[in-house]
Parts: sequence; C-alpha cells; structure tokens
Amino acid sequence: MDYISNTIDDQKEMLKVINIKDIKELFSCIPKELKPKSFNIPEGKSEFEVRKYLYELSGKNSTHLISFLGGGFYDHYIPVAVDAITGRSEFYTSYTPYQPEASQGVLRSIFEYQSAVCRLTEMDVSNSSLYDGGTALYEAAMMSTRITGRKKIIVDEGVNPIYRKMLRTYTSNLSLELVEIPALDGVVDRKKILSEINDSVSAVVLQNPNFFGGIDDYTDIFEQVHKFKGIGILSFYPLSLGILKTPGEMGADIAVAEGQSLGIPLSFGGPYLGVIATKLKYVREMPGRIVGSTVDNKGRRGYVLTLQTREQHIRRERATSNICSNETLCAIRALVYCTLIGKEGIKEAANLCLAKSEYTKNRLMQIKNLKIKFSTPTFNEFVIELPKDAADLISTLIEKGFAAGFPLGRYYKGMEKCLLVALTEKRTKEEIGCFAEALEASI
Amino acid sequence: MNNETIFEKSKKGRRAIRFNKPDVPTDVAIPKKLCRKNDANLSEVSELDCVRHFTDASRNNFGVDTNFYPLGSCTMKYNPKLGEEVASYRGFSDIHPLLPQLRRGGLLTQGALQVIYETERLLSEITGMAEFTMQPFAGAHGELTGIMIIAAYHKSKGNKKTKIIVPNSSHGTNPASAAIGGYKIVSIPTNEQGTIDFTEFEKQLDNEVAGVMMTCPNTLGIFETDIKKVADKVHEIDGLMYYDGANLNAILGKCRSGDVGFDIVHINLHKTFATPHGGGGPGAGPVGVVEKLKKFLPISAVVKRSDSTFSLEYDKPSSIGYIAPFYGNFGVILKAYSYILTLGKEGLIRVSENAVLNANYIKEKLKKYYHLPYDKPCMHECVFSAKKQAEKGVSAVDIAKSLIDRGFHPPTIYFPLNVKEAIMIEPTETESKETIDAFIEAMIEIAKLAEENPKELHDAPQKTPVGRLDEVKAVKELKLCI
Repeated sequence: MDYISNTIDDQKEMLKVINIKDIKELFSCIPKELKPKSFNIPEGKSEFEVRKYLYELSGKNSTHLISFLGGGFYDHYIPVAVDAITGRSEFYTSYTPYQPEASQGVLRSIFEYQSAVCRLTEMDVSNSSLYDGGTALYEAAMMSTRITGRKKIIVDEGVNPIYRKMLRTYTSNLSLELVEIPALDGVVDRKKILSEINDSVSAVVLQNPNFFGGIDDYTDIFEQVHKFKGIGILSFYPLSLGILKTPGEMGADIAVAEGQSLGIPLSFGGPYLGVIATKLKYVREMPGRIVGSTVDNKGRRGYVLTLQTREQHIRRERATSNICSNETLCAIRALVYCTLIGKEGIKEAANLCLAKSEYTKNRLMQIKNLKIKFSTPTFNEFVIELPKDAADLISTLIEKGFAAGFPLGRYYKGMEKCLLVALTEKRTKEEIGCFAEALEASI
Repeated sequence: MNNETIFEKSKKGRRAIRFNKPDVPTDVAIPKKLCRKNDANLSEVSELDCVRHFTDASRNNFGVDTNFYPLGSCTMKYNPKLGEEVASYRGFSDIHPLLPQLRRGGLLTQGALQVIYETERLLSEITGMAEFTMQPFAGAHGELTGIMIIAAYHKSKGNKKTKIIVPNSSHGTNPASAAIGGYKIVSIPTNEQGTIDFTEFEKQLDNEVAGVMMTCPNTLGIFETDIKKVADKVHEIDGLMYYDGANLNAILGKCRSGDVGFDIVHINLHKTFATPHGGGGPGAGPVGVVEKLKKFLPISAVVKRSDSTFSLEYDKPSSIGYIAPFYGNFGVILKAYSYILTLGKEGLIRVSENAVLNANYIKEKLKKYYHLPYDKPCMHECVFSAKKQAEKGVSAVDIAKSLIDRGFHPPTIYFPLNVKEAIMIEPTETESKETIDAFIEAMIEIAKLAEENPKELHDAPQKTPVGRLDEVKAVKELKLCI
C-alpha cells in the first residue's frame, strides 16, 4: 500500500496540463545509462501485516528486566500527559518554524524550554536543543575554540567515556589537542588538572555527577580556568539539578547535558536531547537554533527564530556549526515533563533517586566480598567492586532477571571487577532487596 | 493564543504529578556545598493547566496533519500513523541502549538489532551502496560523518588533500559540514541550465580536491545530468563523490547514487521515508558507502551471524570512531522501516512518480503568473522567482505571509540563494489534486492582488494569532528566556 492521493484520472488530467502522455516521461531527464542496476525491494505489505510483524519483533526485546543500568541514560518515570501532549500531531508533523506566524505554538514552547533550561542550570541562555549530550559536549568544545582562539582542550576522565570518544572522532581532522586527565579514586585529579591549566588552554571539560557517580563542586577549577581566560565546560545530569549545585553557581561558561532524564524514553539510544546553555556574552558563538521573544506589527508579544546570521543556511562555510535539524520534539517533551513535575517535583524526584541510591549502597555494603569502590558522595549512581569479573556477573544476573549495571572494565583499564550501579525513583525497596540477594548469591 | 508563557501561569503551591511515597529512609544528607542554593524555579501548575497550555500551543501551529506544507527541500509529506504506533511498542521504547553491550544482553535485544540491520539492507538496495550506518542523527550529521570518512580514506592512502568542491546548487548545509570537517570550500557556479557549470568545475579540479558534494536533483529541483562526468573526473584524481540525499524523494527506483558513481550518500529519513520532523527534529541521516569505504564507517556496527542472530561489532580498527553514543535515532529508524515495508518496491516508485507529477503540474499552472528562472521539466520541486511581483513592491515574504492567511504553509523562500526572491515549492506525492488546485488558486489570486492591490499583501497575515513579527527587534533586544 502507499499514501498517495492521486487517482488514475487525476494523473491523466495533470499529465494533460504538463502536455505529456506517460508519467514515466517525467524522468526522461535522467540519462539512460544512469538507470538503476537493480531495485530489489520486497513487495509492499498491508498495515495489518507490518503492524503484526513489528509487534512480534518488539517482543524479541526484553522489557522484563529490573534495571540498575545507567551510565548517563536512565529509566525515570514519564508522566502520561507527556505522551498525550507531544503526541498532538500539530507538534510532531510540523517543520522548523521558519514562518513564525504559522508556528507560534512550537516557538513559544521552545522559548519556554530555553527558559526551563536556564532556570534549571542558572545559566543565561539556552538554544533550542542539539542531537544528544555527546554532540552538545563537542559543540561546546568547538565554541571554546572560537571564543579563545586556542587549540588545547583538557578533559577529565570522569566525563562519560562515550562522549570523550565522540570528541576524539569529531576533532581528529582539526588541529586541536585533546588532553585527558586520569581520574583519581573516582574524582578529578585536582592537583594535576589545576597545574595543567595555563594560557594555551581553550577549555576544561568536567562532568557532574561524573561517570563514576561522584558529585563535586568545580568552582575552584573554573576559577583557575578564568584566570587564564579559558572556558569552563560542565556536563551535567538534568534531573540531579533538582538538588545539586548548578553549572551557573560553579561558574561554568558552557553547560551541556543529555536531556533524556527529562521525560524522554530510553528507546534503544534515541531520539535523545542535547542540552546546551551559556553566558549571554557567548550567545553568538552558540550553535543551533535560538528562539527570541519580540512583538508583532500591533505590539502583541510573539516569538521568532533569532540570531540566524550564525547559521549554515546564511553563512554557509562560515557558520558557527553545520547543525540544521535539532530535537525540538524532545525539547518539548522535556519542557512538558518539567512543567508536570514542577518546582517541588524536581526536588522530590532528585531526592528519591538519592535516597534509593543510598539505601542500595548500604544494603550492598552488607554483602561479603563486595565493596563500594569510592568514598566520594554520589547522587543516584555508584561503583561497586566485586571479587570477580563484572562482565561475567552481569550475564549471571541477566538470567535472574536483572540488568545489574554497567561493567566499567569496558572503558577503564584495571576496573574489570567494577560495576556501575544506577537507581531511579522507579526502583522499589522490594526490587532492591531482590537485587541484593541475587547479587549476593552470584558472587 | 495569548502568548503568555507557562511560567506566567504558575501559582505557588499548585501541583500536577506526585511521585510514590518513599519506601526507603530519606534522611540522606549530601554536603551543603554540593547542593544548589535556590530551588530550580520551574512552573507550578496543575495537570489541566499544563494540558490546556500546550494544547493551545499545538492549535497555533501548522503541521502536515492540519495544513498543506509545500516547503521546498524539506519534503513535508504525510507521516503515516502506523509509524507512531510501532515506535511506541514497549519492546522498543523501554530498551536501555547499553543492554546489548552487556554479556548475554544482546540476546535480549534481537528485535531492535534486526530492525537496524534490515533497514540498513533496504537502504543499501535503494541507493546502490554496499553498506550503511544508521547512526547519524540528521542530514547534516550524515554530511559531517561523510566528510570524516573522506578524510579517513585519504589519510589511509597518504593523500594530501585540503579542498572540497561544493556546487552552488548543492544543499545549504554542505559547505558548513565540509568546513567543520576541516576542509577549504571551493564553490562552483550554476549554468544556464540550472546545473553545475562543468567547464568551471574542470578548471577548479586539482589534486588538492578530496571530494565533491552534490545534491541530485539539486536545490533548483533539476537533475544534474552531468553527474557521471563529474564522478569520473573526480575519481581520476582519487577524490570521492558525496551524494546529499535531501532530494532522494524524486528518484526512488529511477536512479541510484551508487550506480552513477557516488561513493558516500546520506538519506534524510524524515524527508523521503516519511518520519515526522517534530517541529525541527528529531530526524535521522543514515550514511551509506561503497565497498572500499566500509571499513571507515563509525563504531559500532550491527552484524548478522551465520546462525541468523544479530550482534554488535566494535572491533573496527580503521573506523572513524564514535559519531553517536549508540545506534542513531532508533525511534525514527523504526518509523522509516515500517514505511518502507508498507510501500515496498512499487510503492516507492509511485512515490517519486507522483511527487514529480505534482511538482510539474504546479510549475505548468503557475508559470504564467510567476517568473520561472529555469523553464524546463523539474523533479519533485520547482523554483519560482517573485521578481515580477517585486517590481510592484510585493516580495517573496509578502507572498508567503498571504498564503498563511489562505491556510497554506508557505513554500521555502529566499532559498536557493542563487535565485532572486526565490519561492521553492515542493508539494510531495501525498497531496491530492484538489489540495494542489486550491494552492494554485491561492497563488494566482495573490499574483493578481500584487498587480491590483499590493497593500493587502503587505498587511498579511491577518488571520493568525500574531501579525508580522519584528525580527530586527528580536535580534537587537535579545530576550531568549523568561
């Protein structure tokens, strides 16, 4: 089947207007030798058939596991109204709001999303979103090079290893120098990083909570960066800002995040939401679309895309970035989520994550031969050290119905026995108890 | 719509969602210096307040479900509801992306891995490429991925190349992507036929050229008849050909980039394969390559084992590396997959035929009223110029705004840059003759008003919640949050 409206009679009438006989003649501009060598696609199926087939395929993915898997992507509760609102097709079937009068709904929503990000992070300005947290981090690093004119970027090893890998890929053909500073006992090696900062450094990139779940206050490091006129970049976990010190308070110049924790389903890796916010003085170096408030010809308030002269469709090769699409619908999801849980709810959610995590930590500490790897305070995720290979243990626990966490040996040499365990407000005391028992029995 | 923000509707103490009562002790303290001083000042509203506020926003927004959206180069076709449903199946939406990376976890995600694998196979056949990666999040992200593959190829061969050729008629993001990938850009002008100026191209082609980025049909809606010649020339100097798939909708089953000499291609799933664009995103921009470039594709790759199960491959020593944390915008890939399965071979061919038919029909009907800079058969979009109307003081913007009052989302205006007062119309295949006729009528009425009563056009739009907005003020007095 297809979704074409033209009937055979319509086609005939239209062809008459164009003054040709056969619809195939429309393609006579394609030289014969360029015709396809093959086009071996199966025959079309009915909606019923495709629906049944994909439902069956979805059943081949397991949703029964009780999950303690985090690593930057979390199984938080999503209020029902988030889907109901973003499921309105006027939102999801629209395009980038190039014509503001026909797009006030999306524009106002993005303006509100930008406001929510600013309120959450205590930064001055946000854009309308980027593809994901990793892209946001890379774009922030590039922003710093435009601002400082320098080429050296210092990255703490506590920054999500996948994002560090993305940063390496994106900068591999540019004359940038990436310096990674190994973490020390699950926290940033302060002495080392402070000593590395000088007037050749474009940016220092840190993450809070870091990949090991540790929370910190980087004010001192950002102060040092500023002494040398460099840029402080902080990658944060949006939901944790219900309680944790904000990028703004720490003095970060650019704050970036993966926004998935704000009402976006895990969905096997995407679509997600790249959050980026900065100080007002750097707004012109920020990539992506930005919505501003203005007035119409009668003085009524309205919203438009603004500062477009930074963008690729106007500046071509001199644009701040090549970003064109963003993740508007995910940004609206995040906004609706923030609206539904509100000022009190975000504190409540963050506190619940923290409480469940501490409870789990205490419970797991009672297991013989298992220890909590680092003593740093954590938010909702922490590292345990096992007497055996963590990847092996994972496979045993999967059979018992648990996704026990992320084995750190995959990205950190020497941490083969370490497992990163995450809690969300969704995990119950009972689930945590069962998990602890299963873990105990498997060691 | 009063354009009051949700923050202005906030009232202290109002609540929507509450979380479960804690079932574990909550007397946990983290050091004060690690906590925020002031609450995050999010709005405080009831669920009804929230639903009403955003429903109001949605009603003040044009979408394909509500309005004809002939936005050139954007391919705003109808998005089948089936896609929304399949993406919402719990077995897809609730899967943690790290799960298949855990030992034995792959067995629990076979359905998702199969979706990615099968979609890659289908796209390879549709474009004539050897292999695809589904990871790029958008067309421009695909372009950057392609540029990095070009760089990796030349590095592996010890080629010293610094330039990328981008004809003016290529897609708007191409020069930015190539520049951000570290290359110098060489522009090639468009000839009188609306295609690449081949003589100029030959003049600019030297050993420094790493590759050429072309959009075909190009942004004027015209098929680049010289592509094979361009590709042959580029290959002579060991350069690579990049195909921007923004306009693939015009040639499904009619021409494959792999067969005509392209080495790398990206596809905008949100355009050709009917996944909704969400007000600007998410999209997806998978990239396909020819055999010799397979090894450079990003980490990871979904592979099919001999026992027909699927797994992820990370051991790719020549790969450009990670361009995304996981496997791309999986939810979007699913929608495209269900679309291709539904249409099948004949359905896809009918897409192009009807998209091109609709565009040519509009072109024929409107060329008496609007200047047509390239008067020849077009592909899935046609580009007019409002220069006739401009003489009467009516600009492309005025025409666009007047269309809004008549219930149509305007075409793309002022793009491509090489046509003055450009109006680029892309009707797509899903619109009916009745809708297209109504649009043509509106365009004709506007052309007549431009002659007789241009003032009325300057005052448009009148029927929208706000009138023409002051974009200069928005830049001068930046107000980016509340």
